[in-house]
Amino acid sequence: MFIRNYLIPRLLQYFLVIFLGITIVFFIPRMAPTNPVERTIAEIRSRGTYLDPAYVQQMVDALTEMYGLSGSWLQQYKDFWVRLSTGDFGVSFFQFPTPVMTLIKRALPWTVGLLFTTTVFSWLFGNIVGGIAGYAHNRRWSKLLDGIMMFIRPIPYYVFALGLLILFGYVYRKFPIAGGASIGRTPSFTLSYILDVLRHAFLPATSLAVLGAASWFQTSKLIVQNVNAEDFVQYAQLGGVKESRIIFRYIIRNAMLPQITNLALSLGQILSGALITEIVFSYPGLGNLLYSAISTGDYNLIMGIISLSIVAITTLVLIVDLVYPLFDPRIRYK
Amino acid sequence: MVMPLRSTLKELFRDYRFLCAFIVLCFLAALAVLSFFSPYDPTVWYYAPRDLRPSAQHILGTCSRGQDIFWQATFSIRNSLVISVVAGLISRIIAVVVGLVAGYQGGKADRLLMFISDGFLVIPLFLIIVMLAMLIRDKMNIFTTGLLLAVFGWAWDARVIRSQVLSLREREFTKTAILSGTRTLELVFKEYMPYITPLAFSTLINNMSWAIGMEMTLSIVGLTNMDIPTLGTTLKWALNYQAILMRRWNWLLTPVLLSVLLFIALYWLSVSISEYLDPRTRVQRVGGE
Amino acid sequence: MQDGDVVLRTDNLRAHYVLDIPGGQKVVRAVDGVSLQIRRNEIYGIAGESGCGKTTLMKTLYAAINRPLRLVSGSVLYAKDGQELDVYALRKRELRGLRWRYMAYVPQGAMSIFNPVMKIKETYRDFLSSHLKGKTAAEMFEIAKDHIDKLGLPISILEAYPHQLSGGMRQRVAIALAALLRPSVIFADEPTTALDVVVQRGVVQLLKDIQADLHNTIILVTHDMGIHANVTDRLAIMYAGRIIEEAPTVEIFRNPLHPYTQFLINSLPQFGDAGQRVSAPGQPPSLADLPSGCAFHPRCPKAMPICRELRPDTIVIGEHRAACWLHAERGTAQDAAYS
Repeated sequence: MFIRNYLIPRLLQYFLVIFLGITIVFFIPRMAPTNPVERTIAEIRSRGTYLDPAYVQQMVDALTEMYGLSGSWLQQYKDFWVRLSTGDFGVSFFQFPTPVMTLIKRALPWTVGLLFTTTVFSWLFGNIVGGIAGYAHNRRWSKLLDGIMMFIRPIPYYVFALGLLILFGYVYRKFPIAGGASIGRTPSFTLSYILDVLRHAFLPATSLAVLGAASWFQTSKLIVQNVNAEDFVQYAQLGGVKESRIIFRYIIRNAMLPQITNLALSLGQILSGALITEIVFSYPGLGNLLYSAISTGDYNLIMGIISLSIVAITTLVLIVDLVYPLFDPRIRYK
Repeated sequence: MVMPLRSTLKELFRDYRFLCAFIVLCFLAALAVLSFFSPYDPTVWYYAPRDLRPSAQHILGTCSRGQDIFWQATFSIRNSLVISVVAGLISRIIAVVVGLVAGYQGGKADRLLMFISDGFLVIPLFLIIVMLAMLIRDKMNIFTTGLLLAVFGWAWDARVIRSQVLSLREREFTKTAILSGTRTLELVFKEYMPYITPLAFSTLINNMSWAIGMEMTLSIVGLTNMDIPTLGTTLKWALNYQAILMRRWNWLLTPVLLSVLLFIALYWLSVSISEYLDPRTRVQRVGGE
Repeated sequence: MQDGDVVLRTDNLRAHYVLDIPGGQKVVRAVDGVSLQIRRNEIYGIAGESGCGKTTLMKTLYAAINRPLRLVSGSVLYAKDGQELDVYALRKRELRGLRWRYMAYVPQGAMSIFNPVMKIKETYRDFLSSHLKGKTAAEMFEIAKDHIDKLGLPISILEAYPHQLSGGMRQRVAIALAALLRPSVIFADEPTTALDVVVQRGVVQLLKDIQADLHNTIILVTHDMGIHANVTDRLAIMYAGRIIEEAPTVEIFRNPLHPYTQFLINSLPQFGDAGQRVSAPGQPPSLADLPSGCAFHPRCPKAMPICRELRPDTIVIGEHRAACWLHAERGTAQDAAYS
């Protein structure tokens, strides 16, 4: 029953979303009024470079080939999937001839490292503190914390990151304001290198973690306040069950469930936050790569980053959704 | 949930958050209106000396592009608000239509529409928006930006409206109306709209703040029309001219503080309204929208 | 009445909900001057329409009141080990020690009283381990198994999640769980509501079996007079936060004194009686805005001028108590005889 009612529809949705998402990514540029080849040439011209007409034609052909724009749409579409499945997104135009995949592989660990740690940390921290604050919602500290969150929560990543940058990078110069590690250091598994990386990650991670935790705190606090009023919590209290047991096994355990779903829903948003944060702190991850790809019009690189991110995020959401039944027997044994 | 406007407002103004947010928004709206009386054309550069400190003539000083920071700010608030209202209103229309059709029609239409909105929730929309913005970069103005954001900002709220419609369908008056031969459209407009309008309004505020944030993000990435002053482009220009390094705080902090005020006010407004509408499910959407 | 028999005594108990509303306070008088004496080894019934304060009375007796509900006056005294225990004078820890070992509670709406992510055996373990010291998990599981088995419920339910059990089964588990530590007093709030008649009978039988086994006190709240007729030894009728009549159940059904009680009994279907069932006209009053005098007078067909003016005292006629002006002349006033 579980497999038929939960697992199969969810997997089906996963493949359909990826299929449609990638299809949209394929078609959007082809429906646009200007095609990327013309755009690239216009970009080069706009930098004041004079282009010989004969050379332009050659370039158009080369770019058309490179961008996978030759042949019928159907043929292009098929090629697109083949390239996608082999991880071949062609070569970057502005870092010619480095393959797009190489650039992405170089940037990926930074983004994953930053995103993974801050997401896990802020989810756990926000939920636990929010849970306890929700249980003690009549206490003064809980109300104070709630008041502070009312100011932090609505601020967008960009503004918050900028604030941190100004404060710590310029006013108190305690942390590096750019890069993933000091320039010229070779990556190694030494303590000093790891400390250097952590020091560089501190500001971007803080901006992500604080805003993330603020949002989880608020949601968790409200959920716990509602769970607190549930019959089974009241019953355990009537039954004189120990308070610590009620908090953890009755309240937080049940309040976690919607937060797992919310985690899945927020992953897409977290990605955009992380990309923006990387741009602010010039962090060498995917966000920065995307930024430079956009500003240089590096078409293949953009397509590569976007397609991969769509697959990665939908997969992550799927994993979270598949983990969910482990925590909720109502789904497991329908 | 259906209640007279006057007593609703009276109740809401008792909430200090609503009151504060209302005052701040009035202030920002006044700034936006002031832009119509601006002595300067916001698209012209160097009409004033560059990098002046605040003075009687230029109350917030001037920027490195030789523009008056205060008057530029009035334009940026106005344009950002216009974008968010365009995005918010159009996406509300989509959300209400989708929510009504899915909830009322049920069956295949419901499954299809909910599949689409599920897809919207799962996919990193930001990247799709970035891609689209890239391709219409030449045609980006406040209306196309608003439109672009509207196309992507309805999915969650359509779900909220759908579940409201689902519960309305189960009510007695729906059955009586159907049995007595009321036309569907009439039923929907006369009986359902009073319940859906407050929902649409409270989600509108969240959506507006999402749209303003998105516009800023797109501007920072460099995908909007840099000639139109918005909160995002003003900030982007300041950054482009290394305002942090040069410590031109009056230039940099004007859009930052204005946007922080705007975001906090919109958030407080929405928290206060949704608590009023449904004291139990005060859970806000996660992830910033 | 012998005092040694009394297990629970209240004296002019008042518990009100005090709600802050814009421009002042709203007071809901859910329990408004209740004096009771409940005895060992009896099933004591409390009847009344919904919204008359029955559940609040149960919570107040069980000393489980939370804001905005407040104890306004009176005390709740239990007889324990030859002494009278004022539960509202106890510390939190001492009160927790009474729970389940001395008194247990079956709340209304058993559909959702079990933690949805835990198996029933885990709920058993939580209740056992919170009140018994030095038992291993295996020992506690054995206790739970014996207990379930003795009450004639299938042992397999221990391995089930709440959503896998039927409503009737959940209700029976809730009752079984209340009897787990052989308490002296069990409170059962509407245990048969929302169950169909066949299942109701099983639930009622379980309650009776437990009482017969433990010889303890069960306080049973339900609006269903049929259940009261079948199960309870003595019966109190509650209206607008007050007990308006109390007597042995047989006596109440044979000779109801209060017009409201008469309505409650007449609304029961009877064999061989094709006449129309008459229930009390109108709606129960709002507890936040009670009528003057006798709260029942707006709905009472026998209302007299005095009923609008003054609240009737409770008078005692043998084992029968009633608060109604119709019978004011027939007995002694409560204050003299009762406290």
